[in-house]
Amino acid sequence: MMGPDIRIPIGGMFTLLGALLAGYGLFGGAAASQRSLAVNIDLWWGAAMLAFGVLMLALAWWRRGKPPARED
Amino acid sequence: MHPRAIDWVIMGVYFTFVLGIGAALRRAMRTSTDFFLSGRSIPAWITGLAFISANLGAQEVIGMAASGAKYGMATSQFYWVGAIPAMVFLGVFMMPFYYGSRARSVPEYLKLRFDEKTRTLNALSFAVMTVFSSGISMYAMALLLRLLLGWDFGTSVALSALIVLIYILLGGLTSAIYNEVLQFFLIVFGFAPLVLLGLKDIGGWHGLVAGLETVAVSRGFGPHAWLGTWSVMGSPKSNPMGVGWLGMAMGLGFVLSFGYWCTDFLVVQRALAADSMDAARRTPLIAAVPKMLFPFLVILPGMIAIASTVHGGASGLTLPRKADGSLNYDMVIPLMLGHYFPSGMLGLGLTALMASFMTGMAGNVTAFNTVWTYDIYQAHIRPRATDRHYLNVGRIATVAGIGLSIVAAYVTNRFNNIMDLLQLLFAFVNAPLFATFLLGMFWKRTSGHGAFIGLLAGTAAAAVHHGLTLPAGALAGIRGGWIAVLHHYPSQMAQNFWTAIWAFVACFGTTVLVSLATRPRDERELAGLVYSLTERPRSASQAWFARPAVLGVGVLLGALILNLIFW
Repeated sequence: MMGPDIRIPIGGMFTLLGALLAGYGLFGGAAASQRSLAVNIDLWWGAAMLAFGVLMLALAWWRRGKPPARED
Repeated sequence: MHPRAIDWVIMGVYFTFVLGIGAALRRAMRTSTDFFLSGRSIPAWITGLAFISANLGAQEVIGMAASGAKYGMATSQFYWVGAIPAMVFLGVFMMPFYYGSRARSVPEYLKLRFDEKTRTLNALSFAVMTVFSSGISMYAMALLLRLLLGWDFGTSVALSALIVLIYILLGGLTSAIYNEVLQFFLIVFGFAPLVLLGLKDIGGWHGLVAGLETVAVSRGFGPHAWLGTWSVMGSPKSNPMGVGWLGMAMGLGFVLSFGYWCTDFLVVQRALAADSMDAARRTPLIAAVPKMLFPFLVILPGMIAIASTVHGGASGLTLPRKADGSLNYDMVIPLMLGHYFPSGMLGLGLTALMASFMTGMAGNVTAFNTVWTYDIYQAHIRPRATDRHYLNVGRIATVAGIGLSIVAAYVTNRFNNIMDLLQLLFAFVNAPLFATFLLGMFWKRTSGHGAFIGLLAGTAAAAVHHGLTLPAGALAGIRGGWIAVLHHYPSQMAQNFWTAIWAFVACFGTTVLVSLATRPRDERELAGLVYSLTERPRSASQAWFARPAVLGVGVLLGALILNLIFW
């Protein structure tokens, strides 16, 4: 049988990882961005992951309670 | 490579979610079908992403990046020629028989269509193969972690085995599938910045093209050799793979790719977990869309690395050399992770790599426990037990499978050549498989004896062909020529492709001849198993654009356009 909606763990993980990464890029990792060709990749990529995570959570919330569409 | 606290935190978050998913699914595992086939309840987009992700183990990621450096753009043929057409064929033409027959595994389909001996032959070779593949995954991960993080071999093996064991025991196939989807997104997010930063470093696409022209000319090829696909296949001498267009189209594009994607239970199992016939058919078609784009994620890094090494990039990215002075292509991905990623991103990249090693293991373990339980244990050891009994056997098989993988990992570590030998044997066994399925599904006259003897003949033909030929520059032995050397191939890849072609032809011919000489099965028993005796699946409930045939045509068009752009 079907377990919990997979969008919740995906959304949760990427929201958390994105926030961690973006936070680190903003406050802690500026010195390291020499390596990534002067791009603050932690900040930008963290923000992208955060957006993806929130989108997944929003989809899960919007779909909550509705049974998955079955087509037999 | 020196990970900092933030990198360890990122890895920790991932492992927490992996185990959390297993724990959340624990209560959903009530019957053996829940455990082995996710109760056939998963929507197509999830099984589709799992389908592609199960195949995207770390060896694939590292190997494709290495090939991108060694052979350039032509490596993408493994995707656009060697995967997409076969995936479409599986979804449109073959899935109705796999899913529709209610077979619980690929070997079980062989039992329904042919007989017990054909099933057992396939089940045994598959079970041994999955255990060793899982072990090789574990071994490769331990090797890489020792190199990158200085971890002890035994610690890496124990850690990966324990995590995979826990989440499969708790959540069965569903757990494996959910983690594969998680891994899919991790790989995309972990490796895409590598490509973006690498391209920026080398001066964009134009810089890459200029670099690859230097690479090609410096190795004695035409300037286009690292950039073209079909255009450099006119003769085996005009491309670094040493493969001509016929070997490419027939060997890789037809025999090897259809043999893998259409008959390997590891990937087919994901589609069998889908919640309806339509969802099962859409699984490989949905998977084909990201599959088409993966060359840009996994092959481009290799092309960037070689261009940078030979031509020079702004930040001086250079591939390391092995002891014998040749470039160490397998280091493309680890090198670029360490070179471009600051703390934070480094943690993400390492996590993506570890995730792909572990899903590679888990995919093999979930396929192994199913085939062992249904096709070996239930078929030969204890046929009529309760469902609860088989569920428990499946759990024990999971533990045993992981235990055997650990043994395989240590064996690989001690004796590398045993592994080469085994992979060669697997290649011989797998090469003819597609001929058997093709005839079984589309020619109702094919008999069980025909299938069985055909498979043996195909395997024998593969072995004999390998024993009589040798790639240029190789010594007779494990590389071929162990009977006598009648023919030299320009490369090992060409030899592999032609070995597969010979195996297919031998299996096809023998199966037809033996089938004509033996009694076919009663047509009434073959309904739902053979094309001409099965009602066409209707998908009228679907919007027109979601129908398998329409999706299939769309996917093929996409692959065709990519072939033309990178001709």
